[in-house]
Amino acid sequence: MIQAYSVSELARLICRTLRGEPLLQDLWLEGELSNLRAGYAGHLYFTLKDEDAQVRCVMFGGQWRTAGLENGQQVLAHGRVDFWEVRGDLQFYVDFVQPAGVGLWQAQFEMLKAKLEAEGLFDPSRKRPLPPFPRRIGVATSPAGHVFHDICQVIGRRWPLAEVVLAPTPVQGPDAVSGLTWAIRRLNEVGVDVIIVARGGGSLEELWPFNEEQVARAIFASRVPVVSGVGHEPDVTIADLVADVRAPTPSAAAEVAVPDRAHLLQRVQGAVSALDAELEECIEARRRALAQATFSLERSLPDISSLAARALALGQRCLALAQQQARHLEERLRGLGLRLASLDPRATLARGYAIVRKRGGPVVASTTQVRDGDLLDIYVADGHFPAEVSRQYGF
Amino acid sequence: MASEGEASFEALYGRLEQVVQRLEQGGLGLEEAIALYEEGMRLAVRCRQMLEQAQLRITRLRDELGLYTGEGMGEPRPAYDGTEADMEMG
Repeated sequence: MIQAYSVSELARLICRTLRGEPLLQDLWLEGELSNLRAGYAGHLYFTLKDEDAQVRCVMFGGQWRTAGLENGQQVLAHGRVDFWEVRGDLQFYVDFVQPAGVGLWQAQFEMLKAKLEAEGLFDPSRKRPLPPFPRRIGVATSPAGHVFHDICQVIGRRWPLAEVVLAPTPVQGPDAVSGLTWAIRRLNEVGVDVIIVARGGGSLEELWPFNEEQVARAIFASRVPVVSGVGHEPDVTIADLVADVRAPTPSAAAEVAVPDRAHLLQRVQGAVSALDAELEECIEARRRALAQATFSLERSLPDISSLAARALALGQRCLALAQQQARHLEERLRGLGLRLASLDPRATLARGYAIVRKRGGPVVASTTQVRDGDLLDIYVADGHFPAEVSRQYGF
Repeated sequence: MASEGEASFEALYGRLEQVVQRLEQGGLGLEEAIALYEEGMRLAVRCRQMLEQAQLRITRLRDELGLYTGEGMGEPRPAYDGTEADMEMG
């Protein structure tokens, strides 16, 4: 049946047909750049052509791009083909362009790198530190080949206190991307402290899964830090750029993921030495304090020898004083003796006086003391003789 | 090898560093210093034992995507055979 289409219907049909063709939606196109001009809002318009054909191109402002494009340049552009109904134009919507001659793999790499970088997946601020003493170490790699064996060797030598958890995945070929994505997610689920994503050296094509966006996003989404060890030293993949730590090889990744037990043994030994030294110092400090205290104590005790000397001096002074006093007393005594001698009644008797005493009674000093017939004793210088009071002599 | 329920190397080593630091700060009574010294020595012995006697454990997760049933994946190592298998490394 014959049917007439409206122009809009045709435009929609063209759009639908173009968008239904996967190749046209993800296409690398190489050609000569011409009619380059900047448009509104930073959009870039140009034409890509070769000897026989040309296609109009547009690159919207704000898209990542390589600077320094010039007319006449051979470029490699990535984008999708679409139809712009308003103008009836078929256009190539470019999202990445760079000078041709670098190879398609490299261009793909640069494109994804620019995109993820703009999204902040490589941001140094999101790089997480690795745990110092991981207990479970996840390894996403192939169980075949030497890589896993080498990793276990390194960890077994350096840090055998850990458990290695292998999430087996192909690391090249068509299943590698889904395998690696699964492995990283699964290791997060079973709970590990750090993940090593590794594969041995190979061609750019063999390493390619590690340059795939899905793998990059799986690494970015990992809740535990990821160490990458892909290929050999000079190979840098997108996975390396997203990983928290990039190691040049699988073995090197194992090295950085775990501490070294030999080094730790040294540190434990160092701690033992420090403990010994500290305790010794602790005791030594007390010994010093004790010595100081003893010294102070001795100094604060009275000085016996000087006291003895002082006592001796005092004693001697006492003695001297006593002797002086004694001499003085002796002199006084002698003076008193002389005076006493002068008062001795016997001396008076010697001059002819006598003392009269009633026999067995007091000294007679008055006539009233005696009566007739009283017996008396008369004391003279050389003795005494008896006497009797008698009236006959007129008494 | 650190078994479940036992203090981890990290915990023991962390405590050992604390003990040394505390002793280095000084100002401790002699009893306290000696107690810390003894604790530190015990920790050091335990740490050394763990480091010297540990044996690496290896576990393999189940291949849920079924990627290793086919040919061409290389000779599987017998020790890695089966799921959740443990292997001791020397």
